[in-house]
Amino acid sequence: MNVAEAMQVQSHAVLTTAGSQYLTFVLAGEEYGIDILRVQEIRGWTAVTPIPNTQEYVQGVLNLRGVVIPIIDLRRRLGMARIEYGTTTVIVVVNIISEGRRGVAGLVVDGVSDVYSVMEGEIKPTPEFGAAVDVKFIAGMAALGEKMVVLLDVDKLL
Amino acid sequence: MSSMDLEQFHDIFFQESGEALDSMEQTLLALPAGQSDQDGINTIFRVAHSIKGGAATFGFTELTSFTHTVETLLDLARSGRVMITNAETDLLLCSVDVMRDLLAAASSKRTPDSARVAAMQAEFVNLIESCAGRKSVSAPVPEIVSTPAVNQPVALANASTSAGGAAGEWKIRIEPRAQMLRHGNDPLRIIEALRELGEVSVRVDAAALPPLADMDAGACYLKWTVQLKTAASREEIEQIFAWIDEDAVITIDAPVVAVPEQTSAQVAVAEAEPVAAPASPVVETKAPTSQPASASRETTTQAPSAESSSIRVSIEKLDELINTVGELVITQSMLSQFATGRGDHSSDDLKNGLSQLERQMRALQESVMRVRMLPISFVFNRFPRMVRDLGSRLGKQVDLKMTGEHTELDKTVLEKIGDPLVHLVRNSIDHGLESPDQRRAAGKSAVGTIHLNAYHKGGNITVEISDDGAGLNRERILAKARERGLIGVDEDPSDERVHNMIFQAGFSTAETVSDVSGRGVGMDVVRRNIAELGGNVQVFSTPGKGSMVRIRLPLTLAILDGQLVRVGEEVYVIPLVSIVETIQIHRDQLSSIAGQTELFRLRDEYIPIIRLYELFEIDADSTDLFCGLLTIVESDGRRVGILVDELLAQQQVVIKSLETNFRPLVGLSGATMLGDGHVALILDVPGLMSCFESGCGRRRPALSAA
Repeated sequence: MNVAEAMQVQSHAVLTTAGSQYLTFVLAGEEYGIDILRVQEIRGWTAVTPIPNTQEYVQGVLNLRGVVIPIIDLRRRLGMARIEYGTTTVIVVVNIISEGRRGVAGLVVDGVSDVYSVMEGEIKPTPEFGAAVDVKFIAGMAALGEKMVVLLDVDKLL
Repeated sequence: MSSMDLEQFHDIFFQESGEALDSMEQTLLALPAGQSDQDGINTIFRVAHSIKGGAATFGFTELTSFTHTVETLLDLARSGRVMITNAETDLLLCSVDVMRDLLAAASSKRTPDSARVAAMQAEFVNLIESCAGRKSVSAPVPEIVSTPAVNQPVALANASTSAGGAAGEWKIRIEPRAQMLRHGNDPLRIIEALRELGEVSVRVDAAALPPLADMDAGACYLKWTVQLKTAASREEIEQIFAWIDEDAVITIDAPVVAVPEQTSAQVAVAEAEPVAAPASPVVETKAPTSQPASASRETTTQAPSAESSSIRVSIEKLDELINTVGELVITQSMLSQFATGRGDHSSDDLKNGLSQLERQMRALQESVMRVRMLPISFVFNRFPRMVRDLGSRLGKQVDLKMTGEHTELDKTVLEKIGDPLVHLVRNSIDHGLESPDQRRAAGKSAVGTIHLNAYHKGGNITVEISDDGAGLNRERILAKARERGLIGVDEDPSDERVHNMIFQAGFSTAETVSDVSGRGVGMDVVRRNIAELGGNVQVFSTPGKGSMVRIRLPLTLAILDGQLVRVGEEVYVIPLVSIVETIQIHRDQLSSIAGQTELFRLRDEYIPIIRLYELFEIDADSTDLFCGLLTIVESDGRRVGILVDELLAQQQVVIKSLETNFRPLVGLSGATMLGDGHVALILDVPGLMSCFESGCGRRRPALSAA
């Protein structure tokens, strides 16, 4: 085993004992998280090409180094009001697996905030009601100190 | 090795066997009737043998046993005891179908059509037995076949025919190659081994011995002919030669019930002329008069050598490569735009470098695209068989000519044009060509000609299917069109328009052009399939002289010649192949139907107008019809005008799928990257038309431009 492989195994071991890591971002003042292993990259907002006759939360398509990816306004997807995109607005590029197919999509969020490690036991099931967003998008809730973070199921977002 | 281990090789076996069967079929069709073509028969034998071997390895018993029977017949043919005439060729062609079926069954793990296999096998056994019978009845006339091609090393086949059995006299000819001794093979040991099987008499042929001064002490110059009286089977004899491999040419002739004097005479002759290949008795049978129709194949160019070196690469790997190159092209054009935009004089070197890069990129892109290209012969190759079968079924004599089989096109396109072409060729034979009697009456040769031609023209591939038959019957098409209300009673449409009628759905060519009933899909499906590939079809016909269908297809589905158009801030790509013309609208050319659809009069046609900004719900420069441009596009014989703000450049664009990461979208066939890195959507003209007709997107209540 060479050094690189050894390090890979080691870092993987750290990850499993520490539970999963989540990237969190802000939407309308609330913090949401997605599995960091699904995040491919984060990039600033750039103009996209609108797609005619499609769902209104689909902002358009973008050229990601030669690959055409759909860009989803996550506020609209979760049923929140649209806002003007500003300097903190970013696109979180994620890997989505739906219906057995792998795809790449961009999620427009107000701004990224942090990366947290969440232990398996810290994730609480979704309450039946009371959450601000449709429960079908929610993978669970995690209490991080004072804060409550809503963990989203990336595969349901497209 | 467990069965699991073997299963990973199944796909390769199926694929290779499929290809092998294709080549077997082609060779069969190329066999000259009534003559012995040892090369051809050897090729066919090898195919059958390797399929049998593979099938046995993987445990496909039915395929093994069937192929074995076929091989037995081929072995008889190889040794000249069966003549491959038309009847045998037909039988062998059918056996190719059966083997294909068995292969397909094995690959999809379903049960094959056992009855058909058994019936086929029985026919083979009959033939083999009748040949054995024929052989003993008619005394064979020994004949020297002096084709050097016979010098095939015996494929160490275990053709366990009934030829063994009772003690017979085998004739074995050993022609060592020069290197035999150096490889440790001793001819003496072989002859000793043969001696153990039975009574042996050996004659040596020293004709090839060079003068002593020129002799290489390590080379073998002698040849032997061994007469072996034994009850041993062919396998047992072949066993002895198992290690010879490439070192010598071994010919084993099974015992022949022949007059001994003849045999020795024959040997003497053979030895007198060292170059002559081993004699094999040939049963002279006149080829039975063939079926009413005989189809022959004529090609102007030779089929590519099967031995040309190549490697198997998965399509995914190639696509990845093509994608990367596509991205490079975009990056390169981005850089060029950047450099020209800067406009400062110090960067001349940079500009030179960039223009060089552009040339090289184009060359790279072209050669990468070429990797996916295959010659159209992959599709053409199925036609000799089809024409032969169909011709004999319809009692027509058909001569198939094929030219330009080496014209290359993308594999994806290639896979999809097969069916339309089959349909067109069938049509030509069925409806186009007349019966031999009619042809003679019309003063033409009784044999009709179908000509398949392919060539490259302006970034497209053109395929022409022409026949010298009766041509389209204008009167009958017109009558039918009037009956269906497609044209007015007193209208006298142009020939072009009449010919295009046959592409109308439900406008069966069988009802209009010929009395023979039509089959399968109609011409409308042909046209739709071709339109889906981004191509188009044209028909030409001269009454009494024949007709021709010309298909134009893009070389590849990965790139597209597009017209860039602007609507508001958005840029769209319209495939160049579907654009008829672009015009400015004049006020007096407009009208509307029921205040709903806007129509534009172009010469004698009324064309609906699609306001793209409306359909796509975006903002245009102007909603005034007279400020924009109308791009007339055609699909499936229908025309519409697309209202755009401005025409931009025409360029080749790399097609990117929207489906990969998203979903297919109505009216759009994909996307592409522009030089500035932005995504432009590619319009799908047929989709756009049906979307417009079904009323998706809002529609103006009335003419607003007036």
